[in-house]
Amino acid sequence: MNALAALVRKDIVLYFGNRRALLVTLAAPILIAAFFGAVLGGAPRKPTRIPVAVVDLDGSTVSKSIVAAMKSDTAFELREMAEPEAVKLVREGQVRAAAVIPAGFGRAAPRALFGAAKPEIVIHYDPSQSTALPLVSGLLAQHVMTGVGRAVFTAQAGLPSFAELKREVEASPRLDDARKHDLVTIFDSVERLQARGGLRTGDDATGEAPGFALPFKTRTAEVAGRVDRRYNAYAHSFAGMGVQFVLFMGIEMGVGLLLMRRMDLWKRLRAAPVSRALLLGSRIASGTLIAVALVAAIYAAAILFFGVRIDGSVVGFAAVAIAFALLTSTFGLLIAALGRTPEATRGLAILATLLLVMLGGAWVPTFVFPDWLQSVTVWVPTRWAIDGLEAMTWRGQGLEAAWMPVAAMLAVSAVFAAIAVKRFAWEE
Amino acid sequence: MLVATDLWKSYGAKAAVAGVSLTVGAGEIVGLLGPNGAGKSTTVAMLCGLAAPDRGTVAIGGDAVGGEASAAKRRIGLVTQEVAIFEALSARANLELFGALYGLEGPQLAERAMGALDLVGLSAQANAKPATFSGGMKRRLNIACALVHEPAVLLLDEPTVGVDPQSRNAIFDNLETLRAQGKALVYTTHYMEEAERLCDRVVIMDHGRVIASGDRESLRGLVPPANARRLELEGEIDDGLVQLLAARGLAVRRPGATLEDVFLHLTGRALRD
Repeated sequence: MNALAALVRKDIVLYFGNRRALLVTLAAPILIAAFFGAVLGGAPRKPTRIPVAVVDLDGSTVSKSIVAAMKSDTAFELREMAEPEAVKLVREGQVRAAAVIPAGFGRAAPRALFGAAKPEIVIHYDPSQSTALPLVSGLLAQHVMTGVGRAVFTAQAGLPSFAELKREVEASPRLDDARKHDLVTIFDSVERLQARGGLRTGDDATGEAPGFALPFKTRTAEVAGRVDRRYNAYAHSFAGMGVQFVLFMGIEMGVGLLLMRRMDLWKRLRAAPVSRALLLGSRIASGTLIAVALVAAIYAAAILFFGVRIDGSVVGFAAVAIAFALLTSTFGLLIAALGRTPEATRGLAILATLLLVMLGGAWVPTFVFPDWLQSVTVWVPTRWAIDGLEAMTWRGQGLEAAWMPVAAMLAVSAVFAAIAVKRFAWEE
Repeated sequence: MLVATDLWKSYGAKAAVAGVSLTVGAGEIVGLLGPNGAGKSTTVAMLCGLAAPDRGTVAIGGDAVGGEASAAKRRIGLVTQEVAIFEALSARANLELFGALYGLEGPQLAERAMGALDLVGLSAQANAKPATFSGGMKRRLNIACALVHEPAVLLLDEPTVGVDPQSRNAIFDNLETLRAQGKALVYTTHYMEEAERLCDRVVIMDHGRVIASGDRESLRGLVPPANARRLELEGEIDDGLVQLLAARGLAVRRPGATLEDVFLHLTGRALRD
């Protein structure tokens, strides 16, 4: 057993010998990742339906058709109720939003298509769930447009007659004669169309009378790592929490070195005929090996119990894990080099680590950050670690996608190591 | 065996050690005494290669104690002031670790580890973890860790701090065994009675310099007789007579000054913090 092997073996035996600490080190990231993963969507499953309330104060054919369309929409978990109750449920957070269709909507909306005053649909929403608002507004617009358009082209009961519309146009002081003529021509044409039964044709598979509607339909398709796989939110949370808690291990390695110094152990090691490079190098080597083992154990739990898969390059995943382990180890050495007392150093290092993992996207993905912050986080090494792990897991990217994160982490590791060696107080 | 010549070491503008020279022969225990801040620890650090002297040299058997991995360092054992062992590793694993740092391996490493444990009376606890040891056992293991590679020179920095009399005696026995084996020992302590019992020679340092050195007898001669007049009394002297003389303004000193008398005479009674 040569000196390097003895020192590395010592660190590994000491680290894994503390079963209680090891259990916490492994259990904490797995439990917290499980929590975050579940919050962020969990394992692949059907999309969540948005709980929404609708209040129909109109009761017209048009408003009823809109409510019916919303009920059949799989994006909504729709409940129809009175306005006070709807607002109460929004306030209590039981529904994300409540749309109120006003009285007279069925008569006003078709006129609004041709320039008359627009009726107002009020959407009450929960400000803590404001991300749902654009989705509710968009889907509501689609259903209103379809319902109102259909009503116009099928002359549903209760709608204003075209004779009435023509009178209003001809009396309008805002329109010149040419425009009045054009509008009246349109009304005449639509009236003839209504008389023929609307736009329904023998080819209309649905049997419903179409009207104005969105001129397209959408089909959603998840872009995950493989076409036969769906996004697993645990893949992100395990990357984030794994990075965070393995960095905590790096802190313990650094603080451990400060404790060795305090206990004269470092003095005894230095008194031996071994070089500075060997002493510090063994510390980097053992820290890297321990970090790799922790990443492997955390991902083993993610794969076994939470359905996370390495859909990308396994070699790339290993390269990212090793580069991150080296980053962790040199981070620990940097802490030992810059720290003075174990107690003060541990507190500051934990604060620095929490900042690093927050900015790296360990808690919430970086895409929700403002643009300027996303630009800043490119310089944060933990972002490369998390991006690299995600690229190799659910994003299913190849080995080539691992090189940039690996290079970035190796570069930062080199900087950490250089500063640590330069600043390390060799003599007591 | 150990020859240190004109050692100097400064930290900033302060000279911690200023021109210390020291020799320790095989089979000799030299005590290094001095008040706090005298420069003892810095001297020991230079002797074992932990600190590079600004000036001067240290040699073991003619080989300079130079770079981090110098051959001369293989011949030095350091017993640190704090107990410097890994409490989560067994006693044997501690010794095997430190032995490996000195190039030992395989059966030789195992044999030396058990030999060192045997010397300090811990062979029965070889597989036990020091976390379960008493303070005295830890101190003995601390010494064994410095002996596993069988050094020619052993530097001991206050190795008996906080141990009970039984453990202290056991440690003294160990050190006397090592002296008998021909090892050169430098023993740093604040306990004068330890130096009295163990050391063949004593070096007293203060303000970074050696202010006195020699064997116990020659050092005792450094304490001047009490005042100008000397009254020699034979036979039993009861306390009443001592009090009577003291009341007359006479200092009473019993024959044969102790090493502590010498120490206090040379370094003064002022507190050193």
